Amino acid sequence: MARTLALGPVDGAGLRRALAGSSSAPVWAALAFIFVAAALAVGLRGGQFLTVHNVTDILVRSVALGLVAVGQTFVILAGSLDLSVAYVVSVSAVAASVMMAGDPALIPLGVACSLAVGLVVGVVNGLVVTKLGVHPFIATLGMSLVLQGLIYAAVNDFVGAVPVQFQALAYDGVGPVPFAVLLLGAAVALAWFTLARTRFGFHLYAVGGSAQTARLSGIRSHRVVIAAHVICAAMAAITGLFIVSRLRSGAPWVGTDGAYDLESIAAVVLGGTVLAGGRGGVLGTLAGVLILAVLDTAFNQLGVDPFLKSVLRGVILIAAVAISALRVARSPA
Amino acid sequence: VSAAAVDGARPSPLAALRRRLPAPIYLVLVLVLVAIGVASPGYFADASSLLFLLKLSVPLMLVTAGELFVLVGGEFDLSVGSLITLVVVVAAQLVNNDPARAWWVMLLVIGIGVLVGLLNGLITTRLRVPSFIATLGMLLIIDGAVTLWTTGAPRGALTANFRMWGRGSIAPVPVIGALPRDLVVLVVAGAVAILLLHRTTFGRQLTATGGNPRAAALSGVDVPAVRTLAFVLSGLFAAVAGILVGGLFPITAHPGRGYEFQAISAAVLGGAVLGGGKASMAAGMTGALTLQALFTLLNVVGLPNPLRAAVQGVLIVGAMAFAAYRLRRSVA
Repeated sequence: MARTLALGPVDGAGLRRALAGSSSAPVWAALAFIFVAAALAVGLRGGQFLTVHNVTDILVRSVALGLVAVGQTFVILAGSLDLSVAYVVSVSAVAASVMMAGDPALIPLGVACSLAVGLVVGVVNGLVVTKLGVHPFIATLGMSLVLQGLIYAAVNDFVGAVPVQFQALAYDGVGPVPFAVLLLGAAVALAWFTLARTRFGFHLYAVGGSAQTARLSGIRSHRVVIAAHVICAAMAAITGLFIVSRLRSGAPWVGTDGAYDLESIAAVVLGGTVLAGGRGGVLGTLAGVLILAVLDTAFNQLGVDPFLKSVLRGVILIAAVAISALRVARSPA
Repeated sequence: VSAAAVDGARPSPLAALRRRLPAPIYLVLVLVLVAIGVASPGYFADASSLLFLLKLSVPLMLVTAGELFVLVGGEFDLSVGSLITLVVVVAAQLVNNDPARAWWVMLLVIGIGVLVGLLNGLITTRLRVPSFIATLGMLLIIDGAVTLWTTGAPRGALTANFRMWGRGSIAPVPVIGALPRDLVVLVVAGAVAILLLHRTTFGRQLTATGGNPRAAALSGVDVPAVRTLAFVLSGLFAAVAGILVGGLFPITAHPGRGYEFQAISAAVLGGAVLGGGKASMAAGMTGALTLQALFTLLNVVGLPNPLRAAVQGVLIVGAMAFAAYRLRRSVA
């Protein structure tokens, strides 16, 4: 268990055992099962599920939620939470759209502004949670109210525009692989490496397992939590960039329409990361995101009513987490 | 163990005094009310504005009371807002302007509230799904089901004998003339909530569970049962709040949206600790009243609508930071 693992720069054995214990294999198995079930269901209706178009569709659908969820994995592993990501996505999208104003020369400025938004929000969230001791639920809910107020005070509709060159991020790719999918792949790979192979990653698991123990072992737990919040908000800002490249212009509701705050937490937990922190990983999160995307695509192909889709998502979310919880309870500690 | 005890020092008399003072939320409420009076000197000239403010707060106070049971037990209930939507929309469609149906529909929606709470509780305790996820899933299910059923736009209408619980009065009453029904509901429900949490075995067991579930279980508390009952109470209170919302406000597609976050904010403003084990019912409900007074203040000050959300966010986080600071100082 992550809570009891031995810490220190040299001893990685205990941690590796903890990581092995939180393997994402069952989530990938569930994903495979759901994929086959979806393919069968669509196939029986005379449709074709396993097409290049569909697989691409599933992957592109996963990109926005996937990027947010990768960031959310960091804060949840650290024992925190970020409810402000939806509005960070919105603010980032609007900032990029306004700054670029359709001029390719301004792309770097737009990207820099978006990332700056993520950086500032992440630092503030992290500081309020650690230094002011406010529960992350309230701290990031408050941040989301602040961002909501500021953005709606400034804009009420689609504003600005991104140049055609920037839209390549959403619409072009290398051969059949869209850039967006490569972006998600890179983000997951980098996040996996950070969590599983770097000192910061080990510290993150330790702080999430027990902040007190981590601090007593010499980890600067506050810095770790702040860094996790910065990573989370930065990922949300990058998501805003991806969305604005797809929509060609930013509006204040692009983040909340996707319900990225609660959906990303759902995807992370679906992926096997423990909400209390300290156990889980980003590969499980990716599987969780793909499960949601496969379901979405299958429901669309089967012509399921969009509201029934919401009901089914709720049922599947609860059922999936319940099954994994029962599995954990049965397995010998 | 506090640092003072370790040092062998006695806690300062000031700290002891501070412990005896009422929760700071009451002072905050007074300050907000004074601020309203200063910003708009005519506001309280008529006693009815104060009454109106109170009436506006009643649904949130009831939801907060229910949510507080769940929070004290160390869990979250994110489904209360969607439950209010369900209650209002289902009631409107079933009553459909027939006064004879009002009573059994009212019983039915209260039953739905209890059932949703029971499901939340069982999923959380028996299936071991974290309550955050369980009640989030419930929110998705209820919101989807409601919209599926109404195909997007709520139909039907509530009759006067249904709406009277949110807007009607009991008259004649000696001395004061008329007694608003929702205030009667508030006083009764509030008293029940306060007694349940602070004066019964259930309340003490729930608080103990939130403080340390393992210790509570080892001392003989049936932790799953106690937590499930907390969810049932949350569903019940949200359903009653929904009936009042149906009476107080015009029927919209999502009358309950946002109540879950407001209720949790209100409870926390009233000193409830997320994670469980510590809360005062009266202070939590006062937190809800304060939050509503704060909305009124921002309205009276004439702040543009979007900026009200921003100020609200800053004030809630600021209040929590101050509370955390006081806690650290009283421990140190």
